[in-house]
Amino acid sequence: MTITQKFLGAAATLALTTAIAHAEPAVIFDLGGKFDKSFNEAAFEGAKRWATETGGTYKELEMQSEAQREQALRRLAETGANPIVMTGFAFGDVLNQVAPDYPDTKFSIIDGFVEQPNVRTILFAEHEGSYLVGMMAAMASKTGTVGFIGGMDIPLIRRFGCGYAQGVMAAKADAKVIANMTGTTPAAWNDPVKGGELAKSQKSQGADVIYAAAGGTGIGVLQAAADEGILSIGVDSNQNYMHPGKVLTSMLKRVDNAVYDAFTAGEALETGIINMNLASGGVGYAMDDNNKDLVTPEMQAAVDEASAKIASGELVVHDYMSDNTCPALSF
Amino acid sequence: MDRMPKWADALLVPLISLIIAFFISGLVILAIGEDPIAAMKLMIDGALGSTYGWGYTLYYATNFMFTGLAVAVAFHAGLFNIGGEGQATLGGLGVAVVCLALPWPHWSLALGAAVIGAAAFGALWAAVPAWLQAKRGSHIVITTIMFNFIAASLLNYVLVNIMRPVGSMDPASARFAVETKLPRLHEILGLVGIPFNNRNPANISLLIAMAACVLVWVLIWHTRLGYQIRAFGKSEKAAVYAGIRPVRITMYAMLISGGLAGMMAVNNVMGEAQRLVLNSVEGAGFIGIAVALMGRNHPFGVFLAAILFGFLYQGGAELALWTKIPRELIVVVQALVILFTGALDNMVRMPVERVFMAFRKAK
Repeated sequence: MTITQKFLGAAATLALTTAIAHAEPAVIFDLGGKFDKSFNEAAFEGAKRWATETGGTYKELEMQSEAQREQALRRLAETGANPIVMTGFAFGDVLNQVAPDYPDTKFSIIDGFVEQPNVRTILFAEHEGSYLVGMMAAMASKTGTVGFIGGMDIPLIRRFGCGYAQGVMAAKADAKVIANMTGTTPAAWNDPVKGGELAKSQKSQGADVIYAAAGGTGIGVLQAAADEGILSIGVDSNQNYMHPGKVLTSMLKRVDNAVYDAFTAGEALETGIINMNLASGGVGYAMDDNNKDLVTPEMQAAVDEASAKIASGELVVHDYMSDNTCPALSF
Repeated sequence: MDRMPKWADALLVPLISLIIAFFISGLVILAIGEDPIAAMKLMIDGALGSTYGWGYTLYYATNFMFTGLAVAVAFHAGLFNIGGEGQATLGGLGVAVVCLALPWPHWSLALGAAVIGAAAFGALWAAVPAWLQAKRGSHIVITTIMFNFIAASLLNYVLVNIMRPVGSMDPASARFAVETKLPRLHEILGLVGIPFNNRNPANISLLIAMAACVLVWVLIWHTRLGYQIRAFGKSEKAAVYAGIRPVRITMYAMLISGGLAGMMAVNNVMGEAQRLVLNSVEGAGFIGIAVALMGRNHPFGVFLAAILFGFLYQGGAELALWTKIPRELIVVVQALVILFTGALDNMVRMPVERVFMAFRKAK
């Protein structure tokens, strides 16, 4: 075999592999926007990480209104994007209709539950992560009252709130949790003004640590908390940097990893249900330079202990969505 | 008085306006650092380059035909109905109520009932502002636009608290039964042997919209009511003198207008989504105003303008998907089209008229 032949062979293989790997992955961001500094932005970070590491390109689309979901999904599938990742439970029903039309395309839905042969459902154990930040909130609170501000009032967000309240009670049994929801429609994911108002109202009721699980609305909560001189807890992405020294921690929901994994798997994406919990590193809390002075060694020790217990299954955090009730908090 | 030929008035003037609008849009695209030619090509390819694109273009055009006709009918009565958005929202509620209320055995029965339901709910929503206008003189522009907000809130309440199926987190109604699924355009065209993409939402409502265009034409120019509407719209005092009752005409015109706007929901709620979601109208009510303006309130003009706006809408969506040009830019393009065909109409009309006059004199 001459060297030319080798080269030709290599070139042919390369050409072949590029042809196979040609399908670009795609990600669709739900209402709230790509730059909500929280849920959707975490997905964006995951896609970006994949692109910088592999040098690949991907398609992305931001939802502007509820009625566009089906068209957006179809259009991406039509263009041969594969796999297609979408953020948000609201895609569930639409995906159920669209997925059978494109049997060769792999879909991945975050937070939604879809049973189709070509769909990967990714669910997070938000209650476990929220439990940990709840403990930290109770220990950081001086007034014994902490707040929770949810986005849209749905069982998923109540799961955050319920886990949080359980964590608070575990650390300080006589603590009080004030819970509010921003709204009942997807507009509640992107209403920082109302988030700020709710935070101020909770402060006037004595809360001095407020956990926001509200997507883009949380920006307003964190801002108001920083202005009022109380602590806040971010969600989904690490939001500690937004107000250094004023954000106690952030409940991490590794949406970025979910997107990154799906993109990396490419067309060979394994379908089925994937549970991302504390044990698998799917949820957690954020520690960095911005909040290291806020988290005391006692807090850290307590949370680490609880974390290990949850991961080993010794401690079970009640999941609101399992029976739609919460032992620690009434909504 | 000398006038230019009708074809020039109806086609040439809008066409020139359109070209100017697109030219300026091109400059805007250039200004944000993108290639206008490539953008235009992408829009045309995406909206008209495949039957998939055509399907979406016609689907949007169907929406705009209904809302455009709604605005046109009211306009003939001298009423500016800005409430198409709210009336179409309520129309959606009507469709959902009809489709979910009974186990329909066949789509044709469900379609008939849904059309009635949609029109009734839309008309009902237009009736209150119409009544306030007719009896109390509350300005219809103000009341209809306010009713848009009330409709949005009402839909919000109904979807969150009443129509959301148990266990669902999404504020949307349950799916309609399979039997109520309307025949898609590819099935209809398939009957006559024309191949058409089967993954787009264009459906039988397009034919209903076209029939509505014809019916509105008959109504406005070939019925007594149409004559009364036009007379009332031209001059209320003269109409009263001729024995036309203002309250009645206001009510009739607005009920028809609201009914037409409501019927849009047959297309988007029953034809496409097969369930009621929030914001299902997606601004079609407002685009209807532009469509009516551009179509000179004539049903055939509305038909053509609706297809143009369907193209702009679908092309704009493609643009947003494949380039860095934001979707908002398509609003700029649409605004320019409205500006030139509606507001700045005389800017084009007068020179064109002068050219025709010059030709006539030369003869």
